[in-house]
Amino acid sequence: MANDTQFRTCPDTGLKIHLPAEKLIKTNAVVAVVFLLVGGLFGLSVALTRWPAVHFLPADWFYLALTAHGLDVLLVWIIFFEMAILYFASAILLGCRLAAPKLAWVGFWLMLVGAVMTNVVVLMGESSVMFTSYVPMQADPLFYLGIILFAVGALLCCCCFFGTLVIAKNEKTYEGSVPLVTFGAITAAIIAVFTIASGAIILIPTLMWSVGLVSYIDPLMYKVVWWAMGHSSQQINVSAHVAVWYLIAAVIFGAKPLSEKVSRTAFLLYILFLQLGSVHHLLVEPGLSSEYKIFNTSYAMYLAVLASMIHGLTVPGSIEAAQREKGFNKGLFEWLRKAPWGNPAFSGMFLSLVMFGFLGGITGVILGTEQINLIMHNTLYVPGHFHGTVVAGTTLAFMAVTYLLVPLIFRKEILFPKMAQWQPYVFAIGVTGLSVFMMGAGTLGVPRRHWDITFTDAAMSFDFPGAAYLMLGLNGVSAVVASLGGAMFIIVVVGSLLFGKTKGEAAPAPAAEAPPTTAAAQYGSAAHLEVPGTFALAMVFLVSFVLYYFVNWKYLAETWGLS
Amino acid sequence: MVDDQGGKGDKIPFMQQLLDNPFLLLCIGIVMPTVFYLIWGIMEVISIPLAN
Ligand code: HEM
Ligand SMILES: [Cu+2]
Repeated sequence: MANDTQFRTCPDTGLKIHLPAEKLIKTNAVVAVVFLLVGGLFGLSVALTRWPAVHFLPADWFYLALTAHGLDVLLVWIIFFEMAILYFASAILLGCRLAAPKLAWVGFWLMLVGAVMTNVVVLMGESSVMFTSYVPMQADPLFYLGIILFAVGALLCCCCFFGTLVIAKNEKTYEGSVPLVTFGAITAAIIAVFTIASGAIILIPTLMWSVGLVSYIDPLMYKVVWWAMGHSSQQINVSAHVAVWYLIAAVIFGAKPLSEKVSRTAFLLYILFLQLGSVHHLLVEPGLSSEYKIFNTSYAMYLAVLASMIHGLTVPGSIEAAQREKGFNKGLFEWLRKAPWGNPAFSGMFLSLVMFGFLGGITGVILGTEQINLIMHNTLYVPGHFHGTVVAGTTLAFMAVTYLLVPLIFRKEILFPKMAQWQPYVFAIGVTGLSVFMMGAGTLGVPRRHWDITFTDAAMSFDFPGAAYLMLGLNGVSAVVASLGGAMFIIVVVGSLLFGKTKGEAAPAPAAEAPPTTAAAQYGSAAHLEVPGTFALAMVFLVSFVLYYFVNWKYLAETWGLS
Repeated sequence: MVDDQGGKGDKIPFMQQLLDNPFLLLCIGIVMPTVFYLIWGIMEVISIPLAN
């Protein structure tokens, strides 16, 4: 057994906490939040530029800011935070020591150096290739090197995670199966390994090409392999934020999954099929066959969508079950009405779940359908969709769990509790606007990644309908609201860490029942299985889904009139 | 109570053995996308005839 002085026991939750793991969690989470701030500011400036009445940045700065925005939020913020989650879900939830903390620190520094390097070369100009860096656009070699270092660092962290699982098993710090949250983290880590390997396969040759050691990289080959990384990395996020949903439900309500088997099988479907969806980025490439496209984006992908719908059902279901056990049994929705809506960890998590389903999920299926993809490919609909997944879904879930980590891991009380209480709502309203209005503009044909849709100097002119301009304006307003919500988050978190009251180490009076957190650290399904409210919500979701799906087929049918 | 841990002394069911083995899952999670996405996709790109 590891040296016992390396552990403390959490007075609030009873969890046994490995101090080196705790330090890594803190550091990774703090760095993540710093990059969220930087990347968020770039996002705001991009949105203000796309607001025609404001048109904030000049063209070259727009593409620079867009590149930095994509990299800093999609890669750096999310992956640093995910490393913190991996350490939490292994060492803390399993109550065991972290494998090779030194290696984890090497990983951390590689990631940090890589992230800073990439940011610096992007800011120097000459590397405004967007985070996708499609060849033959060429960036500074340090751009690719930075991303490679970042990825290698993340891989080392994943190794520590898997090593910790082995230690926990050998030292028998848990019985039977790992807790569901840890299982979700395993899913995320598995997808991360594939993501990083694919990244290496494509970015190392691209680095060599940028220094002149390789003469040519085929653009289509690049796209195929690059999206094995680009899409899969989004699936790390999905797995991680679903794990966070289960975690928050367990901590706040003591909720147990309705069925461990079903939830784990859903994660298994992620492992099997989620990454195949990468083909949806290639749906308009003429060189690839329909068999390839349709097998991967339909048959296989729908199984992964099914898995997401299972999680979307079982997370609120587990909350409903826990609430009904406590006696909130009136009608369909008393369990939901009486939920702690003033607790930002809960409200953030629940908003994340609902918005991920309605904004990100439904539209993802639309975009992943080969035929209707055609009317939206490369329009603003695409960023509209993924601000529903990766911002409303992942980012909001990570913000929500931060409200638990600050007291639990950082041992600080939340400063400005009123602001914290409002924060998820403000952010959610802003992001809903971002998502909906970008999708609206995209449905009207407005391209993504475009500085000037008035085509002022273009040889051939094109006029978008007035509604498109309205959408972009509303998008700009929403961006301001979302940024306000983001700023509130940063103020609360940074304020609490710097100036918050340190929580006492003295154990509170022993509670009569086990602290709810134990539900997060154990295997076991809920006893109460009647969840009519959740089924009603699921029906609303399914009906919206089907209606919206067919509306888009109708749009497609109108593209080529038959007469 | 719905699913307990395979009962004492019972044989552990196949699915549970699979789900309890992260390294087996890791292998599956790498082989599936490598075969269906990467290798299949790369084969398609390679088999596009060159212009001349
Ligand atoms: C205040 C918050 C945010 C605002 C106002 C914002 C706004 C925008 C806008 C307007 C675009 C440009 C669309 C285009 O012209 O093509 C964009 C792109 C993007 N955003 Fe955000 N965003 C925010 C937060 C985030 C977060 C938190 C993430 C990821 C977790 C994210 C990921 C991305 C990505 C990956 C792109 C695509 C970049 C590209 O096309 O290369 N955004 N965002
Ligand atoms: Cu994708």
